[in-house]
Amino acid sequence: MENEAGALSRVAGLFSARGYNIESLSVAPTEDPTLSRMTLVTVGSDEVVEQVTKQLNKLIEVVKIIDLSDGNHIERELMLVKMRAVGAEREEIKRLAEIFRGSIIDVTDKSYTIELTGTSEKLDAFLEATESNAVLETVRTGASGIGRGEWILKV
Amino acid sequence: MSAELTGAEITIRCLQEEGVNCIFGYPGGAVLFIYDELFKQDKVRHILVRHEQAAVHAADGYARSSNKVGVALVTSGPGVTNAVTGIATAYMDSIPMVVISGQVPTNAIGLDAFQEVDTVGITRPCVKHNFLVKDITELAHTIKKAFYIASTGRPGPVLVDIPKDVSQQKTKFVYPDKVTMRSYNPVTKGHAKQIKKALELILSAKRPVVYAGGGVILSDAAPQLTELVQTLNFPCTNTLMGLGGYPSTDKQSLGMLGMHGTYEANMAMQYCDVLIAVGARFDDRVIGNPKHFFNENRKIIHIDIDPSSISKRVRVDIPIVGDVLDVLKELIKLLKTEKDKPDHVALKEWWKQIDLWRERDCLKFDRKSKIIKPQMVIEKLFEITKGDAFITSDVGQHQMWAAQFYKFDRPRRWINSGGLGTMGFGMPAAMGVQLANPNGKVACITGEASIQMCIQELSTCKQYKLPLKIINLNNRYMGMVRQWQEFFHGNRYAESYMNALPDFVKLAESYGHIGIKIEKPEDVGDALKEAFKLKDQLVFMDFITDQSENVFPMVPGGKGLSEMILV
Repeated sequence: MENEAGALSRVAGLFSARGYNIESLSVAPTEDPTLSRMTLVTVGSDEVVEQVTKQLNKLIEVVKIIDLSDGNHIERELMLVKMRAVGAEREEIKRLAEIFRGSIIDVTDKSYTIELTGTSEKLDAFLEATESNAVLETVRTGASGIGRGEWILKV
Repeated sequence: MSAELTGAEITIRCLQEEGVNCIFGYPGGAVLFIYDELFKQDKVRHILVRHEQAAVHAADGYARSSNKVGVALVTSGPGVTNAVTGIATAYMDSIPMVVISGQVPTNAIGLDAFQEVDTVGITRPCVKHNFLVKDITELAHTIKKAFYIASTGRPGPVLVDIPKDVSQQKTKFVYPDKVTMRSYNPVTKGHAKQIKKALELILSAKRPVVYAGGGVILSDAAPQLTELVQTLNFPCTNTLMGLGGYPSTDKQSLGMLGMHGTYEANMAMQYCDVLIAVGARFDDRVIGNPKHFFNENRKIIHIDIDPSSISKRVRVDIPIVGDVLDVLKELIKLLKTEKDKPDHVALKEWWKQIDLWRERDCLKFDRKSKIIKPQMVIEKLFEITKGDAFITSDVGQHQMWAAQFYKFDRPRRWINSGGLGTMGFGMPAAMGVQLANPNGKVACITGEASIQMCIQELSTCKQYKLPLKIINLNNRYMGMVRQWQEFFHGNRYAESYMNALPDFVKLAESYGHIGIKIEKPEDVGDALKEAFKLKDQLVFMDFITDQSENVFPMVPGGKGLSEMILV
């Protein structure tokens, strides 16, 4: 979409006005600074997704829409997790982070902050694998997606 | 090198370049520079309303009756919030309109300044698009875009918010010839293959119905619709927004369909085998309960310029996205070269069935009543104006009776708030209609509840000598609310009685108009004749009508089209 003030609120407003769900939304300018690219995750029946697509297309600032779930695609989300890390926990958390290919990016004598990238499911799995009372804080970006191979979204 | 102009000058110059010769508005702090420039020129006429809601409705009526873009000018803060009802009304009915609003200076935005509201935020859900112009060098281009977006594709209102300092700053004025936008390219032509498929289905139909909506009016396709329907000898029903798109007095017209549609139109919709929807959107007031609608099998062709209108409430078999005018022209062209003809034998049977439904005489009412029946007033109005008047209406029972009993033969003659259902629309819209059609006969059919929502505009009518004929069907109730309370709420008339009504005759007179009170059925015709003879005067006719009259047929909410309550 056009990288203009207010474009994001048009999208968000459309979803709330028409009662659609936004699971996650991630947006930033592209290599062409006049354009922003947004990855929006929603759930709904085929009919609802069709309406969502048509309604988004009607927004004047939306340039192009693709439904990534129509084809092979890759999606990644970034999560930062701050965990309590005292005594024996310190080694265990480090191991767990390695298993999930995360890296510890901030350390104090009581906590680790871990950076994790993957599909949303993988991030969920990481949180499930940890003791819930060890997690002090999490922040997630929401998914960003791109088509596989030759499937390119170009304006 | 051309001289530099202020933002205010540029705004007015843009309007001139767009060929706008009449705008509706109300001044205030944030738009004073723009008003100053209006004052200095005479190409753009400004009509001063008494409330911003009326400015937008008037611009709306102007647009609907002329197919030009309506323009309203309002100040920041309350100017804008008052305008919102009008903007939402235009949005729901897809009316091309540009609203220019003043905003507090850019350095005050966000500081809760005097008369500041987040205009772009408040209007976002009820405009086709809106702009806040923070940079003077983008002003002309933005206004050009606003007119382009408002009038192309599925039309709609576009708002341009101009901060006061921007209207004061200077820049070189260049008005672009045209705009291209990578993110906005409305389709016009329908897909040829789809049109071909549609024609095949049309020619195979045994029980067809053409269901035509406001899109026919908006795309100026009434002649093409009429030609197609008559060539095929198909029945045609119009939506509330589509009245006049096919001549109502023609024998192939089934009248209006929907919640208060005719028996024959609703039955034909329910039991047809091929439905050709043209510029209509299957809304809840039209097809009733969609599940019930699909108890019957039928194939649906849907022609609409807005892809999101297609398969929104009902699944369709042959969607055609395109301008109704273009698509109908294509269909007619194909039909002429087509060897196959419609199935005359089946059609004859179908018309026989329709005539049986017609015999139900669903719009009958007591013509011998000693109390004025509202339906009779509209019938007389139709007779006396020979069906040639511009009719605006407010919202409620009178609106439905107007739609049922005034037989519109031409497009852009029936002006009402169909989608949003805005009480208070009728009189200001009529002002716009009269200004767009100075020699036209303009009547506003209203009720004693609706008219009071914008009654202050009697003053505007006086100032600009607008000779509207106001038909006030006064039943001392919010009639439609009362009707629902009677049918669905055990006759408990909660807050629907209009107490403490003004003396409308005196009220009209106090604004310098003529008021007439009509209490007997035998006086209705004469009063109307008298009123239309007074060509230069606004005449407010207060008809004291039957309090208990209801609008029939009625499809109750949640029911199917064939489950009408009949009189």
